[in-house]
Amino acid sequence: MAMAEVPNLIPAMPEIFLALAAMTLLMLGVFQKAETADGVLRASRLTSNLGVLSLVLALALVFTVSGGTLVSFGGLFISDPFASYVKVLILVASGFTLVLAQGWLERQGAHRFEYAVLVLLATVGMMMMVSAFNLMSLYIGLELQSLSLYVLAAFLRDDVRSTESALKYFVLGALASGLMLYGMSLVYGFSGTTDFAVIRTAIAGEASIGLLVGLVFVTAGLAFKVSAVPFHMWTPDVYEGAPTPVTAFFAVAPKIAALALFMRVMMGPFGDLAAQWQQVIMTMAVLSMAVGSFGAIAQSNIKRMMAYSSIGHVGYSLIGLAVADVSGITGVLVYLTIYVFMNVGAFACIMAMRRGGRAVEHIFELGGVAKTHPGMAAALAVMMFSMAGIPPLAGFFGKLYIFLAAIEAGYYIIAVIGVLASVVSAYYYLRIIKVMYFDEPGVDPLDSPLPVTITVVLAVTSAVIVLFFAFPSPVIRAAEAAAQSLF
Amino acid sequence: MIATLVFYMFALFCIISGVMVVTSRNPVHSVLFLILAFFNASGLFVLAGAEFLAMLLVIVYVGAVAVLFLFVVMMLDITVAELKQGFQTYLPIGAAVGLVFLAEIAFVGLSWTMAPSAQSNIQAATQADGQNTVLLGHIIYTDYLYMFQAAGLVLLVAMIGAIVLTHRKRTGVKKQVIAKQLARSAKQSVELKKVETGRGI
Repeated sequence: MAMAEVPNLIPAMPEIFLALAAMTLLMLGVFQKAETADGVLRASRLTSNLGVLSLVLALALVFTVSGGTLVSFGGLFISDPFASYVKVLILVASGFTLVLAQGWLERQGAHRFEYAVLVLLATVGMMMMVSAFNLMSLYIGLELQSLSLYVLAAFLRDDVRSTESALKYFVLGALASGLMLYGMSLVYGFSGTTDFAVIRTAIAGEASIGLLVGLVFVTAGLAFKVSAVPFHMWTPDVYEGAPTPVTAFFAVAPKIAALALFMRVMMGPFGDLAAQWQQVIMTMAVLSMAVGSFGAIAQSNIKRMMAYSSIGHVGYSLIGLAVADVSGITGVLVYLTIYVFMNVGAFACIMAMRRGGRAVEHIFELGGVAKTHPGMAAALAVMMFSMAGIPPLAGFFGKLYIFLAAIEAGYYIIAVIGVLASVVSAYYYLRIIKVMYFDEPGVDPLDSPLPVTITVVLAVTSAVIVLFFAFPSPVIRAAEAAAQSLF
Repeated sequence: MIATLVFYMFALFCIISGVMVVTSRNPVHSVLFLILAFFNASGLFVLAGAEFLAMLLVIVYVGAVAVLFLFVVMMLDITVAELKQGFQTYLPIGAAVGLVFLAEIAFVGLSWTMAPSAQSNIQAATQADGQNTVLLGHIIYTDYLYMFQAAGLVLLVAMIGAIVLTHRKRTGVKKQVIAKQLARSAKQSVELKKVETGRGI
C-alpha cells in the first residue's frame, strides 16, 4: 500500500489551534493549586482570561487562512469564504459570552476552570460543523458541540433547574441526533457516499422517495439544533433552567453554527433538490415566526421570553434559506451578524439583573430601572428596539435584506407574514421598554454599580447596533462574498 | 444458499431478542437478551464481510457496555411494575405511531432505488483487497486522521463532563501522601524495647 501523504493542515489552523489551547488550559487548570477557595478563583480567572485570548488568536488565524476555497483531509474539511465568515461570528459570540460569564459565575460562587475549557471545545465543534464537507465530519462536529453544551447546561450541578434543563436537552438532543443519523444512512444508501460533492453529482436533480425521506430526517435533526418549530419544545425550558451565561452562549454561537450548517447542507449536497425542500423550510419559517411572536407574549420570565424571541429570529433567517439564492443567503448572514450583537447586549443586561446579591429573572424586576440604572436601561432599550426591527437600528436592516430577498424571488406571501409577525413581536419587546421607563421601581433597586465587563460589552454592542446604518457596506460585501462561495 | 439461511437465522434471533428486551418482566433478563441481540448482530456483520466490526461489537458492546448495564440494573432497585405504569394507557397511541412508521419505512424500502453512480462510489471506497482489520488500520490513521482526532476530542469532552458533573472534594478521606511517608524517620515509627528474658511483653 502506498504511503499516505500528510494532509494540508493550513485550512484547519484555527480549529487545531483552538483545540490545543483548550487542552493546554485544561492542564493549566488541573495543575493550579486549588486547595483553597482563593486558588479555585485564581485558576478559573486564569483559564477564562486565557480562553478569551485564544478565541481572539483563533479569530486572527481565521483571517489569515480565509480567502480562497480549500478542501483538505481527503474531502472531509472545507475552508471557504462562507466558513470563514461564520467562524468569525462564532468566535466573536463565544468571546463575548465568555467575558460576561466569568463575572456572573464568580458572583454566583460557581466559578470553575472547566467552564472556559468546555466553551472552547464547544467552539471547536461549531467551527468543525461549519467547515464540514462530509456527512461524517458534519456529525462528529455536531456531537462535539452538543456534548459540551449538555455539560454546560448542567454547570450549576446543585441547582435543580439547571440539571433538569440539561437532562431535557440531552435526551431530546440525542433523539434528534439519532433521527439525523438515520436520515444520513438513507442518503448514504441512495448515493453510496458521504462526501457532499459526490452526493450532489449522484443525486443529479432527480429525487427518489428513499432519498427524500433521508433528506426529511436530516432536516428534522438540523431543525432541532436551530430550534425551529415544530422542533422547538426544548428551547424555553432549557433557556430558563440553564445558568444565564450559558443561556447567552446557547442563544448565539450554537444557533449560528447550526444555521450555517443548515445552509451548507441544503445548498451543497441537496442544492439540486431545492424545489423539494423549499416548501418544508418555508413551513418551518412561518411556524417559527408565529410561535416566536405569540408564545413570547405570555411569558413573565425574561429568559423564557428570549427563548421565544430566538425561535422567532430563526424563523426570519429560515426565510432567507427558503429563498435559496445568493441574496437570500446574504440576508441570513447579515441577519446573523446583527443577531449576535443584539443578543449579547440583551443577555449582558439580563446578567446585570441582581437584587441583594441574587440573580432575578422576572420582567417586573426591571420596573423603574431607567431611574436607577439609566445607562443599562438605554442599552436594553436599544437592543429591544433593534430586535423589534425599528429603523435606523441594525435589527431593521437584518430583516430588510431577508424580506427584500424574498420579494425579489417572488415569495410575497412569506414576506408579508414575516412583516406581520415582527409587528406582533414588537409588542413584547416594547413591553420591556415600557416596564423600564414607565413602571414604578420595586422596594429596593437592582444592585449597582454594574460590573465593568458588563458595562464594556454593553457599550460595544450598543455602538454596533446604533451605528450599523452608517457603515453597513463592509459587512454586506463580506456576506455577499461568503454567500457566493456556497453556489 | 447456506449464507441466506444463516442470515435469516441471525436476523430472526436479533429481532426476537430485541422484542424480548422490551417486554421481559425481569430487567436482568432484558440485559441478557440485549447481549443475545448483540451477538446476532455481530453474526450479521460477519456475513456482510465486516469481521472487524463484528469482533468490535462483541468486545465493546457485550464485553463492556452490556456488563455495565448489568451492574447498573443489579445495583438499582428497579421495580418493573412501576416502570411499566402507563404502558397500557399509552399502548394504543404508541402502537398506532409505530405501525404508521413501519408502513412508511416498508413503503420506502420497497420502492428503493439507488443513484446510477452509487455502485461505483461504493467500489471506489472498497477497492483494496485484504483483511478489513488491516485495511481499516491503514485508512483510520491516514485518510480519516481528521475524524480520528475529532473523535478523540469528543471523548475528552465526555471525560471532562463526567468530572465536572460528579467530582467533589470530600473531607475526612485518608489519602496516601508519599512525601509524608518518606519524611517519617525510623525514630518516629520504631520503638526499641528491652524485653527481660523469660517474662514476655
